[in-house]
Amino acid sequence: MNGMRVRSLKNAGMMLLMGLATFIVLTPLIMIFFHIVKMGAGSINLDFFIQIPSPPGESGGGMANGMVGSVILILMASVIGIPTGIFGALYLSEYEGNRLASVIRFCADVLSGVPSIITGLVAYTLIVVPMHGFSAIAGAVALGLIMIPIVLRTTEEQLKMVPGTLREASLALGVPFWRTTLQVTLRSGLKGIITGILLSIARVAGETAPLLFTSLGNHFWSKKITEPMAALPLQIFNFAIAPYEDWHRLAWGGALVLVVVMFGVSLTARWFNRDRSIG
Amino acid sequence: MTTKIKIEDLNVYFRETHAVKNVSLDIPQNRVTAIIGPSGCGKSTILRSINRMHDMIPTARVTGRIILDSTDIYDRTSSPVLIRRRVGMVFQKPNPFPAMTIYDNVIAGYKLSGRLNRADADEIVESSLKRVALWDEVKDRLRRNAMDLSGGQQQRLCIARTIAVKPDVILMDEPASALDPLSTLKIEELIEELKDKYTIVIVTHNMQQAARVSDNTAFFYLGELVEAGGTRKIFTNPEKKQTEDYITGRFG
Ligand SMILES: Nc1ncnc2c1ncn2[C@@H]1O[C@H](COP(=O)(O)OP(=O)(O)O)[C@@H](O)[C@H]1O
Ligand SMILES: [Mg+2]
Repeated sequence: MNGMRVRSLKNAGMMLLMGLATFIVLTPLIMIFFHIVKMGAGSINLDFFIQIPSPPGESGGGMANGMVGSVILILMASVIGIPTGIFGALYLSEYEGNRLASVIRFCADVLSGVPSIITGLVAYTLIVVPMHGFSAIAGAVALGLIMIPIVLRTTEEQLKMVPGTLREASLALGVPFWRTTLQVTLRSGLKGIITGILLSIARVAGETAPLLFTSLGNHFWSKKITEPMAALPLQIFNFAIAPYEDWHRLAWGGALVLVVVMFGVSLTARWFNRDRSIG
Repeated sequence: MTTKIKIEDLNVYFRETHAVKNVSLDIPQNRVTAIIGPSGCGKSTILRSINRMHDMIPTARVTGRIILDSTDIYDRTSSPVLIRRRVGMVFQKPNPFPAMTIYDNVIAGYKLSGRLNRADADEIVESSLKRVALWDEVKDRLRRNAMDLSGGQQQRLCIARTIAVKPDVILMDEPASALDPLSTLKIEELIEELKDKYTIVIVTHNMQQAARVSDNTAFFYLGELVEAGGTRKIFTNPEKKQTEDYITGRFG
């Protein structure tokens, strides 16, 4: 009887601890979200989405160039990061145990551990310096490098889950190896791969550091990808540290948009992944 | 009786494991040849060398020759893809493509290879499904997912998918071992019916099944061919003591 009491006491204690832990995890998240909504909601209006920032000291304006810039940068980064990541993962899954495979895996691990500002420096050295100028291309390369290991790892995990019997079934029908890889192996893991891609996009969408000395930012619309280009996180950063009230307001609005977009992307990713076990 | 497949001095290694040792065996055309032997004796390994499935396994090494009609399938000039279109394979566990309909599963060999002629598709689907006695059961739900079928139906679908690409040879690796007795019976009847057009090699660990369905039997032990011959002879009057012991259930 006494044992019972001790146990139910322990149980209650543990429940309390877990409740507390949940609270500690959720509180900052909710606080951040509410704070951003409170500070940013006032800046969100039509102009915010269609205007470029107004000059210092003038009110109004928006962050249209930053948002469009972010989309362009992410699209370009995807062109670099998604195919490279997927083909790398295909190589890893098809040539398991081969020397080059371990080299690729090692590089991906290193790449995913590199602080993003260093990735920015690499893009600076590789592209900004030889091209004699900051450019959207350099920014996209930096973001693409960040995407590669994320796409590669999630894709590899997905491909590992594709049953070998399915590939064998296809090969035994006289389907060429590369067609089997693309249409059976890759297809079967597609949902998970899309999830990985979305998560990698959510990750780079908020990156500021790698853009600081690559894409640089731009107060106006960029006409070429060989020129500096605005990006939402960069604009938030620059406006937040500037001494103008109006710019602070824009920065809060930008933060709200960024958070909502990233939340949406993550939700979509989860939705894609909802019945992964059934394939 | 024509020899369809001539296996000469076949050896298969997985790294250091010598899984198949100096096997020579003739497989006659339009007959059912059973491969029997205790688990791990190399039955699947031999079967998979006949359609070059070991190509996909980096640790596997094959030596010797396998002559299909007059082509040496391991010759440098032989294409594994073309070989596999002539030598189909049915696996132990039914493995239809889970994301495909019944219809698409039947023509998967064409579709996945990008050589499907739309005009012929209906014809191929109907005749292949009829050949495996599945047509009447599924003709009203061809567009349904293949996974809705029972295990036995799935296995017959896999056989239909195999014969759809018009092979000469069908390899079957314990095709009924995952099925219930009634489905097993249907597969066995099907094998009987298919042999007028195809050369069939079936791996089985079920003695009664080998005796029921096959014309010839080859008994393997520890990677070596112990004895091969007519099924009736192997089962009633084997030459080797090992064969007799295995067939009478004294080991294995
Ligand atoms: N992919 C593989 N890698 C390493 N060893 C294998 C592989 N496939 C089969 N073997 C080995 O080869 C031997 C024969 O296996 P298998 O042909 O599957 O036997 P059976 O089908 O008669 O049960 C076993 O010792 C097995 O461990
Ligand atoms: Mg086996």
